[in-house]
Amino acid sequence: MTLSSTSAPAVPARGAQPFTDAEVAAVRAEFPILARTVRDGRPLVYLDSGATSQKPRAVLDAERDFYERHNAAVHRGAHQLAEEATDAYEAARAAVAGFVGAPAEEVVFTKNATESLNLVAHAFSSATAYRALGTAEADDRFVLRPGDEVVVTEMEHHANLVPWQELCRRTGATLRWLGVTDDGHLDLAVLDRVLSPRTRVLATTHVSNVLGTITPVAELAAAAHRVGALFVLDACQSVPHLPVDLPALGVDLAAFSGHKMLGPYGVGLLWGRAEVLDAMPPFLTGGSMIETVRMEGSTYAPAPQKFEAGVPMAAQAVGLHAAVDHLTALGADGTGMARVEAHERRLVGRLLDALGELPWVRVLGPAGTAERGAVVSFVVDDVHAHDVGQVLDDEGIAVRVGHHCAWPLHRRLGVAATTRVSFGPYNTAAEVDAVVTGLHRVRSVFA
Amino acid sequence: MDLYAELILEHAKRPHGAGLREPFAAEVHHVNPTCGDEVTLRVDLDGDVVRDVSYDALGCSISRASASVLHELVVGHRVEDGLAVHAAVRAMLTSRGTDAGDEDVLGDGVALAGVARYPARVKCALLSWMAFTDALGRVPAEG
Repeated sequence: MTLSSTSAPAVPARGAQPFTDAEVAAVRAEFPILARTVRDGRPLVYLDSGATSQKPRAVLDAERDFYERHNAAVHRGAHQLAEEATDAYEAARAAVAGFVGAPAEEVVFTKNATESLNLVAHAFSSATAYRALGTAEADDRFVLRPGDEVVVTEMEHHANLVPWQELCRRTGATLRWLGVTDDGHLDLAVLDRVLSPRTRVLATTHVSNVLGTITPVAELAAAAHRVGALFVLDACQSVPHLPVDLPALGVDLAAFSGHKMLGPYGVGLLWGRAEVLDAMPPFLTGGSMIETVRMEGSTYAPAPQKFEAGVPMAAQAVGLHAAVDHLTALGADGTGMARVEAHERRLVGRLLDALGELPWVRVLGPAGTAERGAVVSFVVDDVHAHDVGQVLDDEGIAVRVGHHCAWPLHRRLGVAATTRVSFGPYNTAAEVDAVVTGLHRVRSVFA
Repeated sequence: MDLYAELILEHAKRPHGAGLREPFAAEVHHVNPTCGDEVTLRVDLDGDVVRDVSYDALGCSISRASASVLHELVVGHRVEDGLAVHAAVRAMLTSRGTDAGDEDVLGDGVALAGVARYPARVKCALLSWMAFTDALGRVPAEG
């Protein structure tokens, strides 16, 4: 297989190799759903991992095994089963934390990444209310005054936009944003004008779920810190697809989700630097997150427990632990994520090269694979994305169509809807070719 | 693919009554938040007859074809007949394929029957019809 000169080399600087055909076949064999057929007996070509990933048998077995042999309410009992359940849950926390280069106490389990981002936004408004009413201690970094600024970007997923809009409505802060250039990068030329001493938080994506753009996180975090702002990262499309060391990136808080990284639904993650989490008020309150409770008032457990109210999703956390192990083992000596990155980057390159040959297809976002994660969105001339997706679906190909929860980005780029291919570790070169064949059929149906 | 019957593609490519015209008695703007399909639709009445339906439909072929079929079926007919056709279209589209639609009532609209087997597309086909009934409801009452 050759790659044209327009795409980056298949082997990233780190030296990790994409999967061989035999290795991909072995990867796929672990995912029961990939044996399915759809729409009249066609093999499933699953290219929607950006929405949710499929699950390997090890994850399904781990969750089932927990229910069959270790199930008890976590942090709530002194009996053996409760000990085992608690150990399993905390081991999962440590595993996920290690996966992103962090200590266990810096990882909070939530329902999903959207909840993680809401948790952070609400920390600001709660701290602001405490200060205004004098009812509790509040850390200055989280107290907003009217006219303070919250900065996001025009390429954000709604989960990293709407909670900040709502925060501004609750506190009187002003929402500002970095724009997007025509080729799908953040407009950094305006960074020093958009950020100011009034900026209290900058929230951006790591990898755009539409354009695949990898943002310059370290540079953005440094810029935020220079003006005294906190930096929040949406890592939903990065952690599942490349090796990510969150503390090393210089960010303060980051959200990602278990179900996008081969794990079950119902478990999201919030990583935060220990002293930042300590400074934040809780979001959901109730049992488990307390230290002492009296009718007159309660005190709270230290992080991460402070943010984990109610009975935890222990079985799902255990499933996520198995997902972390599975991903890590996709490469020798724990280099799984580097290999996943190399594998998916090669698929992206293959798709970009093929789409570049079709004058009636326009790919949005950066031209080169080195600047992109595992996502490719495009428009087909004169054919609405819905119709593109429908014909591809008829061929057994599952892609996403619409605005992918990034409606402002689509408006900015002047398109109503796009078709999105998003890769996972189990996708193959033949599946890329199937998309291209499917697009030719789209053209013949609608020409 | 029976979803894209020749008739649907015809209507999508050369939609009947496309464009926004004056005069009009009411105008509405509807969107499908899942995919970004939008329609601006105006309705004009002559007594209890639908004199014109004009629209600007930005969306998939199903939503555009459905707007075209709508124009064909309701313009020149009484409002209550238009509402009856809407009910029949809606019944067909939400039937999961069990109701193939009556050609005498729905005309070319029966070509949309295939949509019923793709629940994700039902909203596309209903978008302009929902806009039509909404617009009718907003026509100012004659003094």
